Amino acid sequence: MFKHESIETNSGMLIVLTLVAISIGGLVEIVPLHYINETVEDVKDPATGFEVVRPYTPLEQRGRDLYIREGCYTCHSQMIRPFRDEDLRYGHYSLAAESKYDHPFQWGSKRTGPDLARVGGKYSNEWQVQHLTAPRSVVPESIMPNYPWLQATTLDTSDLQGRMIALKRVGVPYSQTKVEYEANVARFGEEVAKTLDINQAENNLMAQAQAGNYDGNPSNVSEMDALVAYLQVLGTMVDFKQFDEDHFIQFR
Amino acid sequence: MAHSAALSSEQYNYDIVKKFAITSIFWGILGMIAGVYIASELAWPFLNFDVAQITFGRLRPLHTSGVIFGFGGNALFATSYYVVQRTCQTRLAGGTFWPNFTFWGWNLSVLIAGLLYLQGYTQGREYAEPVWFIDLSITVVWVVYFLIFTVTLIKRNQPHIYVANWFYMSFILATALLHIFNNLAVPVSLTSATSYSLFSGAQDAMTQWWYGHNAVGFFLTAAFLGMMYYFVPKQAGRPVYSYRLSIIHFWALSFMYMWVGTHHLHWTAIPDWTSTLAATFSILLLMPSWGGMINGIMTLSGAWDKLRTDPIMMFMITALSFYGMSTFEGPMMSLKSVNALSHYTDWTVGHVHSGALGWVAMISIASFYHMIPRLWNTTLYSLQLVYTHFFLATIGTILYITALWVSGIGQGLMLRAFDEYGNLAYTFVETVAFMHGPLVARAVGGLFFLSGMLIMAYNIYMTITRAKQEENVSATAAAQA
Repeated sequence: MFKHESIETNSGMLIVLTLVAISIGGLVEIVPLHYINETVEDVKDPATGFEVVRPYTPLEQRGRDLYIREGCYTCHSQMIRPFRDEDLRYGHYSLAAESKYDHPFQWGSKRTGPDLARVGGKYSNEWQVQHLTAPRSVVPESIMPNYPWLQATTLDTSDLQGRMIALKRVGVPYSQTKVEYEANVARFGEEVAKTLDINQAENNLMAQAQAGNYDGNPSNVSEMDALVAYLQVLGTMVDFKQFDEDHFIQFR
Repeated sequence: MAHSAALSSEQYNYDIVKKFAITSIFWGILGMIAGVYIASELAWPFLNFDVAQITFGRLRPLHTSGVIFGFGGNALFATSYYVVQRTCQTRLAGGTFWPNFTFWGWNLSVLIAGLLYLQGYTQGREYAEPVWFIDLSITVVWVVYFLIFTVTLIKRNQPHIYVANWFYMSFILATALLHIFNNLAVPVSLTSATSYSLFSGAQDAMTQWWYGHNAVGFFLTAAFLGMMYYFVPKQAGRPVYSYRLSIIHFWALSFMYMWVGTHHLHWTAIPDWTSTLAATFSILLLMPSWGGMINGIMTLSGAWDKLRTDPIMMFMITALSFYGMSTFEGPMMSLKSVNALSHYTDWTVGHVHSGALGWVAMISIASFYHMIPRLWNTTLYSLQLVYTHFFLATIGTILYITALWVSGIGQGLMLRAFDEYGNLAYTFVETVAFMHGPLVARAVGGLFFLSGMLIMAYNIYMTITRAKQEENVSATAAAQA
């Protein structure tokens, strides 16, 4: 008969059996998610057939970097749950597809402030700038810190291409070659594919900042431009009006 | 008695244990100061002072890393090095260099990571915020730690490996596994602190919460159970209540914890089956958790009078009671229907702290009060101060978790409330205004706990100073004789 004593008197056996015991849970729950295709929905525009969830533009991605730098995830979630109150307050529940290019994910775990998964387009750029600079000037009861330095700091774009190349290495379809660019045209349409071209990153960033004029100051691309550009795209890629109300239930 | 203790300080490497223990208390105070400060920022936002480095978002990881990896991590190094030597009756492996390497490697990693958070360098993953090169240095330290621990086990002078060491071993192995897989990332360049995680979205969330919950399960539970299995019997002067229960406790806990992380992702965009599986295992986990708690508390049978007379024992039993309470609350919160209310609210934060303050900190504090006088071959400077510390810590913890029950459950109920016309009854910011009172109470609770820690630091400082004086006196006496 097996006796526990044989483990207690043999450190090699203790190590091996412990490793076995602690490995199984993760293997069963996590590994399949990389292989089951339904884990992340395919969301395509019914009219054009293009994928509607796209990688972030250079400006949006830099905004996302700042979102992470400031630790916004410690107080804001980006994950709407399928409840009636959340639907009324924030909109359609979040799809896995909507964060498929999020390295790392920023779903968050705490709502000291409201969910931001669909904050894009909900407020004007002016409101966002005012709110980020001095939250209590627009929401008196807010407990959010002021972020005055965003507006005052010029956006660092020195390693922009390096960042996009790193993201490409982890699987984001930014393009470097003609072939990759054409693949993106087929996948996302030409207009989007242009914004994903790493060779054009600086030009694209400047063009979006100029056209969007997010911080109200066209002479300079500030950190505020990038962060507001990011906030304004959150949750806007999937147009739920294009789909039947129960279309996404099959993926849950 | 003094003679044998003097011998054991020669037989064992106590120097490294002393270093880790003192540094742990230092980190505990630093991390808790950060905690009280960020708690106050939530109550009074002007405290952010428009200074980027001390805003809540940057300071919060400093608090969590400071208390988990600084206070908790150093406490685990200290006690595991102490326990493995005592129970194997052999000197720590690796000479003086390698244990010191783990000391400096670990503490510099945590310190540099913390300073980088303030400058905005973070991976943006909860409890895994350190940037990629810190992750690498932690990995190296951890491999050395594993080797020191294992080689010490191998050269033991006891046929059996004592149960506390199983838990420490399980903690070392699981932490390595979690740390490596959750931190897989591609840096922007070798000179850039920025990296992007290998996984994205749903898969990244699964990996992160597999890590996040098992950081709790193995770093903050299994390892501290190792502490419990050594220091509670020692302090009680009684053997562990049930050997059989400790076997079941160990294997069930090690196996089941790894399944439950996904309960942090209920109702999110991950497949339902993972979430259901996690909830099921979370309920099952109640059994080994309570088995362990019972094993610890019942160790006192035949020595219950110590609860009246020994403040260190009071710390231990209170710690186990909080362990039992939070391991009941956890499975309850992992039910999808409860989680629908509790998730995203302060209830979660309160739950974490009933475990972190009530269980993790209190069992560490008790272990230090037991261990430190023995390391310096002396007695505690003041037992009265231990009583004071005990009451400050207990009142602080209760105030803290009660305040966050009010805040969390209150906010959860307000957010899902509808008025008579079927519209949302409250805006989000109305819940923020509601939480002000409880958030003030929470900061006060944290302050209580912190003041207890300061009293401990004073008590330990005086204990060591006195021990050194005594040593000098006896050395002089010996020289004169």
